[in-house]
Amino acid sequence: MEPLNRRQLIRSTATLAGATWLTPVGQWLARASEGNAPGALMGDSPRAQSVIVLWMSGGPSQLETFDPHEGSRIAGGTTQIATAIKGVSLASGFESLAEEMGSVSLIRSMVSKEGDHERGTYNLKTGFRPDPTVIHPSLGAVACHELPIGHAEIPRHVSILSSQWPARGGYLGDKFDAFLMNDPAGPVPDTKSYMSPEREKRRLSGLDIIEESFASGRAKRVGETLHRETMRGALRMMTSEQLRAFDVSLEPQSVRDSYGDSPFGRGCLAARRLVEAGVRCVEVTLGGWDTHANNHQFCAANVRLLDPAFSGLLKDLRQRKMLDKTLVICMGEFGRTPSINPTGGRDHWPSGFSIAMAGGGIQGGRVLGETDPDGKEEPKNPIKVADLHSTVFECLGIDHKKINQTPIGRTVKFSEGDPVRALLDA
Amino acid sequence: MFLRDLLFGGLVLGAILALGANLIPRRHGNPPTPSDTSVYKEADFRLTVDKVNSAFRGTWSKDNVQPAIQADDLTIARRLALGLMGTIPSLEEIRQLESIPTEKRISWWIDHILQDRRYADYVAERYARAFVGTEDGPFVFFRRRKFVNWLSEQIHQKTPYDRIVREMISTEGLWTDKPATNFITVTVQNDKKNQPDPIRLAGRVTRAFLGVRLDCAQCHDHPFAPWKQSDFEGFSAFFGQTHVGFRGVYDGPGEYTIDDKKKGIQRTVPPKVAFANDLLPDEGSLRERMSTWVTHKNNPFFARATVNRIWALLCGQPLVAPVDNLETEAPIPPALQILADDFANHDFDLARLIRIIASSETFQKQSLSTLDSSGLAEKTWAQFPLTRLRPEQMAGSVLQASSVATINADSHVVTRLIRFGDQNDFIKRYGDSGEDEFDSRGGTIPQRLVMMNGKLVSEKTKEGPFTATTRINWLANEDPRAVETVFLAVLTRRPTAREAAFFEERLKETDQRRGQQIQDLYWDLINSTEFSWNH
Repeated sequence: MEPLNRRQLIRSTATLAGATWLTPVGQWLARASEGNAPGALMGDSPRAQSVIVLWMSGGPSQLETFDPHEGSRIAGGTTQIATAIKGVSLASGFESLAEEMGSVSLIRSMVSKEGDHERGTYNLKTGFRPDPTVIHPSLGAVACHELPIGHAEIPRHVSILSSQWPARGGYLGDKFDAFLMNDPAGPVPDTKSYMSPEREKRRLSGLDIIEESFASGRAKRVGETLHRETMRGALRMMTSEQLRAFDVSLEPQSVRDSYGDSPFGRGCLAARRLVEAGVRCVEVTLGGWDTHANNHQFCAANVRLLDPAFSGLLKDLRQRKMLDKTLVICMGEFGRTPSINPTGGRDHWPSGFSIAMAGGGIQGGRVLGETDPDGKEEPKNPIKVADLHSTVFECLGIDHKKINQTPIGRTVKFSEGDPVRALLDA
Repeated sequence: MFLRDLLFGGLVLGAILALGANLIPRRHGNPPTPSDTSVYKEADFRLTVDKVNSAFRGTWSKDNVQPAIQADDLTIARRLALGLMGTIPSLEEIRQLESIPTEKRISWWIDHILQDRRYADYVAERYARAFVGTEDGPFVFFRRRKFVNWLSEQIHQKTPYDRIVREMISTEGLWTDKPATNFITVTVQNDKKNQPDPIRLAGRVTRAFLGVRLDCAQCHDHPFAPWKQSDFEGFSAFFGQTHVGFRGVYDGPGEYTIDDKKKGIQRTVPPKVAFANDLLPDEGSLRERMSTWVTHKNNPFFARATVNRIWALLCGQPLVAPVDNLETEAPIPPALQILADDFANHDFDLARLIRIIASSETFQKQSLSTLDSSGLAEKTWAQFPLTRLRPEQMAGSVLQASSVATINADSHVVTRLIRFGDQNDFIKRYGDSGEDEFDSRGGTIPQRLVMMNGKLVSEKTKEGPFTATTRINWLANEDPRAVETVFLAVLTRRPTAREAAFFEERLKETDQRRGQQIQDLYWDLINSTEFSWNH
């Protein structure tokens, strides 16, 4: 594989100047407005530039992670540890993250109305409850839509190790869907041509002949499909130097070790590399949180993967002076019941669960909300999912109240909530 | 051991002979599907088709649009296969089609499809998206697969559409035993003692069956239509006595109450329809009464909404967009009303509706016109619209293009396994457009990547013991025949003179094996705009 040859080849075949990520003309205008969107950011903006979502698929137990209640009946024996912030405890197992708590804030009183995995995932990823009249975009899609494109030749929205329901572009368009990839130990899917450059060149010249036939008599309409431009964008991505951002093997061993030797750890490391290359949002999924049975055992196994990856990511971002520009959120679709069922599990619990946020303008070391140690009362200072989303957009300098038209002409805001000032104000 | 080898040899020989028959045009064409094309000649069938044709001609002359000419049979056959079976015609089917006398070809092809299980399966899946969505739904209470199979069986048995809808709305029983009840149980709310959600049900019924977005009135009065918030509440109340218990879905006592957030009180809402009160029967359970009202011959919305959806399945775009909202400011197109009247007057026969639309001039127009540059021709249906193929249509087409024989529901079990396995993986990477069925978005870069470099295309087009590439290489000795065969298999057309000359020349080149040249031709055709867009 000789990238240089391939690049020259692509340049010679792709003559459309400056075409980056072209997609249908119908959405072109919307795209054109991206650059001068209100609050559009330049490189030296004080706001966050990117988001990394650590997606805890299945619904992580708050009690075994960010909201332990050691000694209470609902803890079921789970113990807790002190952290860098006095008076803030994490469940045992988060020894590394505990040291980073100066940068991390917790919300322990998240509430939603969605107790089903698919609906809850939609709710937490988009900030809206599922609605048959419209598909809302995930927060990463909004970030890609609202923030400048920059020099990205690779997708600006990436989902690593995605669950069944990856982040989507919704009404903003499929092109804002997250690009899916597996364990970064392997190659980026479908970006490597399986033939020699000479053979690919032959193929592309043959394709030209067929395209000409189809365009005959319908040149304008075929032009509007932007099929060929999309193909050129794909070819550009295949030969882009930026693809190296996906390759974690280029990192020193010590850095790789700090994230933990797991697919999730590698995913977090790749997320940092991607953000560095100009990617707006990376979602990294850690599954296995749907602990209806043997909750403590499964949670402990997950925490062993999450603790080094999350803390490693924060350390790495800080060392590279990227933490202020990168928002990191650790969340799942809901929490788990305070009571423990007969099989030692905890069931779905959307009324009082925890999430963690760090960097990107979020004040560190704060804890919002409080759950009842007996698991009976509603949480104090409940925070809605929409408020979380407004907070994220505030960090990114995106006007969360901006009105958008859906394809059917309905008007929708990016988020219906209000930013949580207690996380933002100094 | 020896016997087994012999058996294997025999199988291979048989397979080769069978394939040869498909590659080479049959001399004694014996189409397997019997077809009685007399229905297409009946007076009242012709009358409706003529009325539809004149309705469109009226629009074209009013808008001063020059309509496109009629497309050729193979192009029309490809549209029909994509719209009704989610795949393209196989080489085998193309040979069969061409053995039919010209004047009977399209009607034979329509009937061939309507008898094919792929039609029922595909349309059922597309319909299920509108009826129950694409979600997996509530665990235990919802069996999507069972629901789709039931729907497919109804379509296959030619059950009138109004009866199918009545069963979905009103059936009692267990979701495993009475699959129609999954329409109800998909809305089961885990946080409300597993009871179905009247609001979501009312929304589904009005959208999917009536093409009315009454659920927009859930929050505000409708902008164009006369619906009030109270209409939606009254309609939801028809599901206020629907419960889910250990014997499944049943109707019981009880009144429908809602939280009035403005007044801060609980209020009881009696069941009420928003219009055509006289069509609502007095007898039966609330759901039975509502189902009769929805599907009543004189309910103007039911037939229109169905016609709009079937039109969209066939043409890639509905007559009135979006497909589930006919209450826009624009007037109802005359052709839609003509088709709706015919549908209501003929026992809601889906097959007849499909036959009529597919027989209309509009459906058979070319997708190009050298005279129109304004785009008005496509908007007024004076030429067939270009629409992007859906992920499952892409997967189905790649699989079919790379197989010489028809991959149908009767195909060998292994073939079917491959089909489903590959399709799902491919769809995941290609990106399913979900419930949002008929959007006109363009493609994405990951889609191009998966087509250019992905496993499905590379595996299916490579040289290997069972691939079409190898078979065509062996059996089509002459280059013109090989090129033509690949074009027919992938694009359902013959190459133009220029294409033929170019690719025949390629096949002669010696820098790579002939098999590789054929593989490259496959790649080119599969990655073309023509392959990815219905035309």
